[in-house]
Amino acid sequence: MALDSKIPHGEMDKKWTDYKGHVKLVNPANKRKLEVIVVGTGLAGASAAASLGEMGYKVKAFCFQDSPRRAHSIAAQGGINAAKNYQNDGDSVFRLFYDTVKGGDYRSREANVHRLAEVSTSIIDQCVAQGVPFAREYGGLLSNRSFGGTQVQRTFYAAGQTGQQLLLGAYSALERQVALGNVKMYTRHEMLDVVKIDDKARGIIAKDLISGELESHFGHAVLLCSGGYGNVFYLSTNAMGSNVTAAWKAHKRGAFFGNPCFTQIHPTCIPVSGDHQSKLTLMSESLRNDGRIWVPLKKEDSRNPKDIPENERDYYLERRYPAFGNLVPRDVASRAAKERCDEGYGVGTTKMAVYLDYKDAIVRFGKIEAGKSGNDNVSHEEIVALGKKVVEEKYGNLFKMYEKITGENPYETPMRIYPAVHYTMGGLWVDYELQTTVKGLYALGEANFSDHGANRLGASALMQGLADGYFVIPYTLGNYLADEIHTNSISTDHPAFAEAQKAVSDRLNTLINIKGKQTVESFHKRLGKIIWDKCGMARSEKGLNQAIEEVRALKKEFWSDVRIPGEINSFNLELDKAGRVADLIELGELMCLDALDRNESCGGHFREESQTEDGEAKRDDENYAYVAAWENKGDSNWELHKEELSFDIVKPTQRSYK
Amino acid sequence: MEHYHMNLTLKVWRQKNSREQGKLETYQLKGISSEMSFLEMFDVLNEQLIVDGKEPIAFDHDCREGICGMCSMYINGQAHGPWQQNTTCQLHMRAFKDGDTITVEPWRSKAFPVLKDLVVNRSAFDRIIQAGGFISVNTGNAVDANAIAIDKKDADDAFMAAACIGCGACVATCKNGSAMLFVGAKVSQLALLPQGGPERESRVLNMVAQMDKEGFGNCTNTYACEAECPKGISVSNIARLNSEYLKAGLSTESK
Repeated sequence: MALDSKIPHGEMDKKWTDYKGHVKLVNPANKRKLEVIVVGTGLAGASAAASLGEMGYKVKAFCFQDSPRRAHSIAAQGGINAAKNYQNDGDSVFRLFYDTVKGGDYRSREANVHRLAEVSTSIIDQCVAQGVPFAREYGGLLSNRSFGGTQVQRTFYAAGQTGQQLLLGAYSALERQVALGNVKMYTRHEMLDVVKIDDKARGIIAKDLISGELESHFGHAVLLCSGGYGNVFYLSTNAMGSNVTAAWKAHKRGAFFGNPCFTQIHPTCIPVSGDHQSKLTLMSESLRNDGRIWVPLKKEDSRNPKDIPENERDYYLERRYPAFGNLVPRDVASRAAKERCDEGYGVGTTKMAVYLDYKDAIVRFGKIEAGKSGNDNVSHEEIVALGKKVVEEKYGNLFKMYEKITGENPYETPMRIYPAVHYTMGGLWVDYELQTTVKGLYALGEANFSDHGANRLGASALMQGLADGYFVIPYTLGNYLADEIHTNSISTDHPAFAEAQKAVSDRLNTLINIKGKQTVESFHKRLGKIIWDKCGMARSEKGLNQAIEEVRALKKEFWSDVRIPGEINSFNLELDKAGRVADLIELGELMCLDALDRNESCGGHFREESQTEDGEAKRDDENYAYVAAWENKGDSNWELHKEELSFDIVKPTQRSYK
Repeated sequence: MEHYHMNLTLKVWRQKNSREQGKLETYQLKGISSEMSFLEMFDVLNEQLIVDGKEPIAFDHDCREGICGMCSMYINGQAHGPWQQNTTCQLHMRAFKDGDTITVEPWRSKAFPVLKDLVVNRSAFDRIIQAGGFISVNTGNAVDANAIAIDKKDADDAFMAAACIGCGACVATCKNGSAMLFVGAKVSQLALLPQGGPERESRVLNMVAQMDKEGFGNCTNTYACEAECPKGISVSNIARLNSEYLKAGLSTESK
């Protein structure tokens, strides 16, 4: 099967306008007859469900949480990018497009990224209209800040809770449509299969997580907005419930999986403290705007950081990358931290951490504040006190969070940070219309692969989720549904629904009847360790081959020795988790296969075999400028399809942040 | 920070489903690290229960970083436990000491029926939002984001109110099971912003009507909700709710 990305012809900056001008439309009377299923209610899902409901489609939305407002988009901290150029610092749609393609290390699709940059400005307008309380200046206009990998201030934010505020905006729009009867909301429901009829997606099998009962739901189209698969690593900044199941079921039903090995390790997370650890907490990247990252110059230096003088500190990002300093992109910052720790310069009890220090920022802010008062005789203590106040206003909630977890006061002692899995750029392969390789089945937001290439820039995930949901799918879905107006709703008595429901039911029965000895959690931890060690921040042919063997063995062991207590037709959290872990195990194998295939380093994917003399990632455009789209051919069996990428505007160069 | 290990007695509410009666059951835990989070301590207990062939304790949780609002435990008589402005998932075991007995119950409120063990049904909150917790602006309708300047103080106050995570601790802790802090926070956020102006009156009337319909109690100004709110949402939002409600009532009567 040849992949058709359906990129419109014409000039890059006219493609989306031309597409919208010629796309098929569905008239309002017909929209009322067309049913759309939306799985997941994060930024992509909630915005899509709300927008499609407003347009008049009949929407059914599903989330596994107790309310759509809980989706993990809520935890995004730092901000959302938009090419508004409100700061008059030279930003433009072109620059956002350029930065995103470059930041993605030339492994994303130019046309999609350009569209993303174009619609970015409308997102901010929409959110403000919904009552999203973005940070403002004293004049009453919106405030911006800069973020890793860029040199302009284009990031809009609401303290360190931007994701929460954007999601609550989309959630309120969604609930408004629920009240109007345009959207029917199914909470505590999990999608467990896609139903295909005549090669088109026609619905889903969902499980009511309270009663344990399976349900069939028809839709003229199915939208998967189910997020990323970072929990394949067990420890990640994802929520505990985040999973790959919806995307994986779609994959098993024919949707190709794009670039699964492209995962993002975020540089500023709170380090692991022990074996009991269940998840990792991110400290927003915005902290790198003002904080300075360092390790001691001496190996195994266990002095209190306050006792280490300036000339015995190595501000290694500023040293290695003078142009961007502490603001290098995430993949670069993460690898640099790993390099220092691997060399023995790490700090803290585990020695797997570096310092993020606000000492200088506090003094800098304090001096500015003191200057405002016009008083020249301000003592150092007063300056520090003033500076702390500024830091508290900008980052207070993050500092509080750090203190709660570690018991240390980051205003006094530098924070300890270490990279952790945060986001997955890979996901279901989609064309320009966000349609997967299954007709009528779409993937939005983090669940698709399309916009971030091999590395995502900060504050771009929120932008993409909302772009897909508010401003892309309302157009592209119509292009498909316009031809479906003659398709009447299909009864869920159709054999395809019965067959899919039986398959789901059989699988649940198999799982619960294994009655082995080991818990689901213990398997998940073991999976995470294999993937983190061998398919994490550094990958090699030898390690990946080992990992594939280990994951296959783990899968076998899981299906013969997992223990799931409780009953099948009841509220059974262990059974829910078992299904998710089983899917993550299969995905883990594919990730390693993909990483093995891609013998180049690009973005977050670092192959030890492919690096420059000074240890920087070395891309291989001649052989690997493609999207790896994997087709599932049965148990542990995949076929690789390639979508060749062409870069007509942003010519690939070796990324340099020096 | 000194690390230590502790042995604990846990008394946890177990209830099979919403129809059957529940009761507190006692569990012994050994060697819990002070560095664990409270929910990681529950993970340890659940792993132990599964290995012993028993059913693990059902509890709601997701982000484990204090923002999704899903976790909801009533710990030793306090919503989200002993720490101020804190969710259950952010509570760490250094809050306890060796030999402690910890009692854990679900949110207790008529409007939040127990589904299983520590899991309750909070869908009443969604229905209150459906009644008016939004600004009616369809996608694509918006003007430029900087077209309307908003007083920074109003914007900041709106943000402070919008920080509510919808966990329900305010209801659980209130002796009347009142949802006034939750409703007041949303009404305040949207009343403080010019975008919320056109629907200001219908919003507050409809949300309050739905709140009453769901069976939440009234506010008698004990301020327990503010004290237990993990996000420190101020009771001044309840005052604003009352004032908005009164004004809207008078205004619609005269219309």
